[in-house]
Formats: sequence, C-alpha cells, structure tokens
Amino acid sequence: MQSVTANLALLGRSVLDRVAAIGRAGMVLMQAVIARPDPLTSFPLLVRQLYSVGVLSMVIIIVSGLFIGMVLALQGYTILVDYGTEQAVGQMVALSLVRELAPVVTALLFAGRAGSALTAEIGLMKTTEQLSSMEMIGVDPLRRIIAPRFWAGLICLPILTMIFSAVGIWGGMLVGVDWLGIYEGSFWANMQNSVDFFDDVLNGLIKSLVFGVVVTWVAVFQGYDSVPTSEGISQATTKTVVYSSLAVLGLDFILTALMFGDL
Amino acid sequence: MDFFDDIIIDIKQLTFSRGDRYIFKNMDIRIPRGKVTGIMGPSGTGKTTLLRVIGGQLKPDSGSVLLDGDDIPHLGRKELFNVREKMGMLFQSGALFTDMSVFENVAFPLRVHTKLPEDMIRDIVLMKLQAVGLRGASELMPSELSGGMGRRVALARAISLDPALVMYDEPFTGQDPIAMGVLVNLIKMLNQALGHSSIIVSHDIKETLSIADYIYIIADAGVIAHGTPAQLEQNDSAQVQQFMKGLPDGPVPFHFPANNYETDLMEGR
Repeated sequence: MQSVTANLALLGRSVLDRVAAIGRAGMVLMQAVIARPDPLTSFPLLVRQLYSVGVLSMVIIIVSGLFIGMVLALQGYTILVDYGTEQAVGQMVALSLVRELAPVVTALLFAGRAGSALTAEIGLMKTTEQLSSMEMIGVDPLRRIIAPRFWAGLICLPILTMIFSAVGIWGGMLVGVDWLGIYEGSFWANMQNSVDFFDDVLNGLIKSLVFGVVVTWVAVFQGYDSVPTSEGISQATTKTVVYSSLAVLGLDFILTALMFGDL
Repeated sequence: MDFFDDIIIDIKQLTFSRGDRYIFKNMDIRIPRGKVTGIMGPSGTGKTTLLRVIGGQLKPDSGSVLLDGDDIPHLGRKELFNVREKMGMLFQSGALFTDMSVFENVAFPLRVHTKLPEDMIRDIVLMKLQAVGLRGASELMPSELSGGMGRRVALARAISLDPALVMYDEPFTGQDPIAMGVLVNLIKMLNQALGHSSIIVSHDIKETLSIADYIYIIADAGVIAHGTPAQLEQNDSAQVQQFMKGLPDGPVPFHFPANNYETDLMEGR
C-alpha cells in the first residue's frame, strides 16, 4: 500500500514539475516576444544571430535537399515507369517536397544543427554566470540574449525550407531529366500544373513557420532553464533535439490533417 | 566613530529558505556607506546567496533589503533593473562576456545605460582599465587572460558606471599570491579613490581582515558575530575563534553528521 502511495506521489510530482516547466517556458517566450526592441541595439544583435543560426545552417540544408530530391526522383521513376507515367516524376518530387519533406526535414536538421548550438551556448552562458552578471549590470538577458535568437530562428526556418525545396527540385531534375532521360518539357509542365501556390507552397511555409517557433522556443528555453553544470548542459542539448524533433513530427501530423484532411 | 551614522544597505529580519532548510532566519545586517564591509563565514552558509538577495536575483521569504530607501525584494522588474545601475558586482568566476573583447566588456554597461559619445566611452574605459593595470590588454579576448587578469577586468567593468555599491563574491579564491596582493590593494584603493561602498564576501580571513572596516561572520542561519577586525580578534566565542584561527574541529564539527562509527563498520559483517 505504501509503495502505491509513494509511486502516486512520484507520478504527481513529475507531472507538476512538467507543468511548471511549461509555465516557465511560456514566461520566457512571452518576455522575449513582448520585449519592445530598441532598433539601434537590437538590429545588429539580430543580424548576428541570423548569420549564426541561418547562414551557417545553409550547407547542411543544401546538401540534404539535393540528395533528398535526387532520391525522390530515382524512387519515383522506378515506380512510375512501370505505368508509363514517368513524366509525373516532376510533380511527385515537387509536391512531396513543398508539402511535407522540406518543412519537416529542414526543421529536424535545424533542431540538430542550430537548436542544439543555441541550447549549449545559452547554457554555457548561464554556467559561467554571464547571464547573472548581465542581469546585475541591469540588462535583461531575456531581451538581450533570448529575444534575438528566437526571432532569428523564426525568420530563418521558412527561408531555409524554401532553399531546401528549390535545391531538392533541382536535384530531382538532375536525376530525372539529365540522367534518366525524362522529357524536360513534361517534367516542368506537370509540376507547374499540379503545384498550387496557396494549397501547397504556402501551406508548407506555414508549417515551417510553426516548426520555427517550436524548435527555437524549445532550444532557447532548454538553454535558459538548464542546470548550470556540464552534465546539465549535456542533458539540455539532448532534450532540445529530442523534444523539438518529436514536436515537429507530431505537429506535422496535426497541421497536415488540418490543411489537407478534407481532400 | 560610529560606522552606522550613514548606512547604504539596511537588511531587516531577512528570512530565506531552500526546501526545509533555513539559509537565513530573521537576520539583520547594516552596511555602512563608504566603507569596506566583509561578510565571512564557512562555505555553504549562504554568503553568495546574501549577495544575490541584495542584487535582487533571489527573493527572500520575508524581510526587507533597503538600498537608499528602495526595498529591493518588492521592486518591479523594471525598477529593479534601474536600481541595479547603482550596484556593481564582481562574480567569483569573473563572468566576462566571452564574445566581446576586454574593451567591449568594460564598455558594455556604459553603452547600455548611457548615451555618451563614443570618444568619451573610450576615455572612461581606458581610465577604468588603467586603474586595474590592464590598459594594455584592452584588445585581448577574455579567453586570452589569466584568472587574475580576468577578475581585474571584471572589476573594471563592475565600476565602469561608478556605482554606489560594489559587491565582491569571493574575490580572492583561486588566486596566486601576487594576484591576491594586487586585488587586495585594488579593492582598498578603489574604495578610497572612488568613494563607493564595498561588500566583500570571502572566507580568506587574512586578506579580508586586512582591508575590511567592519566584518559580519555568518553561520547557523544568522550573524554569529560582528565588529571591526580588532574587536573580532578579541571575541571569545568558541565558534568565532574556530573560524578566525582556522581550527579543523570545534563548534563547526569536522565530521558530517553520521551514525555511530563502530555500528557502521560492524554492519557490513
């Protein structure tokens, strides 16, 4: 009987801890988002973060986009050629990329490349008392450290997603047209006819915007809330990648159901 | 001479707890203006916590911390950030911003709190760095400095806005004898030259006694003794004498509370 109560208490405590963490994460996000920026100081900080979060993630996004586009075209061709509809490879590559693969894979790569870096950076700032000393100097670290990183992630992910799609489609063309010999005219024409800007491209971008909020939010919060020890930072970085990846995959299903569910 | 004619910080009935453990219980401390006040005590008695309560980074359970009439625990977020402009704090690790050069670190408080023109900021930063003897290192990055130099840069940054109160968190820990001597002299000299009030949290008895005008010894969730260095050396309480002389055993036991030694050893059989 006693162990049942003890286990119940343990369960209750862990639920409470989680609820409290969600509350703290909400507070961090609120204070970072509602912080009214001073353009003179905030803009250079934002540009610097856009560079480290966005520009430095470009290589991994371009390389992955290229290979995923190439694989899609190759797989699509081997199936579609049996039905004599290999001209539809362009349409298949483009739709699967803009609707699904580009937002999701970019967000997952972004969580691994930029999210973990954000968590580790902020966590180390906390461990070395840089956040505390900033607070004592009278500067709110939520505004100075968290806000520019959050906005940079939010801005970068949709752009990286667009780059991923474009490079992926180009990769699909390399394989489909240049290698397997699909007629170029029908490759592009089928794509043009079937991909709708609002239904497909815009919905994909909305997804990437939502993923951008979630991944960056998880990353900055895990860093800010980390236990200031080396073990704490390693746990926080792991949590960032695990939580944000799971959140991206879960949200992707919900968003897809909302956007394309009634078809 | 009475130290307490003019006080900068008045802590009244401060209670702070972590879980079930009281760190401070109804503690009163007054910090005289323009003097160097030492807060000493064994490790783990909450000396750093006290600085963080004064800085408003931790909120006490009850009690008041008055800095020139502002009750710090009860200030709003914005007012708190304003009051902090009157304080400088030297962290144990130095806590320099690793992505900025020495110059930018010292200039940081000036840039965010003043609208001074760039050439004036440059002059002030160089003056502060000159005061700590590191003007020549202004272009170095924090990773290129030794521990003692890092702490001096952090000191220059802490005084860059000419605060009314400078708090030092274990300034002497882990320093070699030369760096220690330099820091002791600097703290004393800056306090006299700039006229601010200093609080030094430390367990380095010799160094703190040599520069403090007044000392509080905290242990057991409260102040166990206070007075000038001379008065404390005369204090005949066993607890104070143990701490002042660095004796391994006494009222503060050498052994962590444990079961009976013999029973513990026999239990394994």
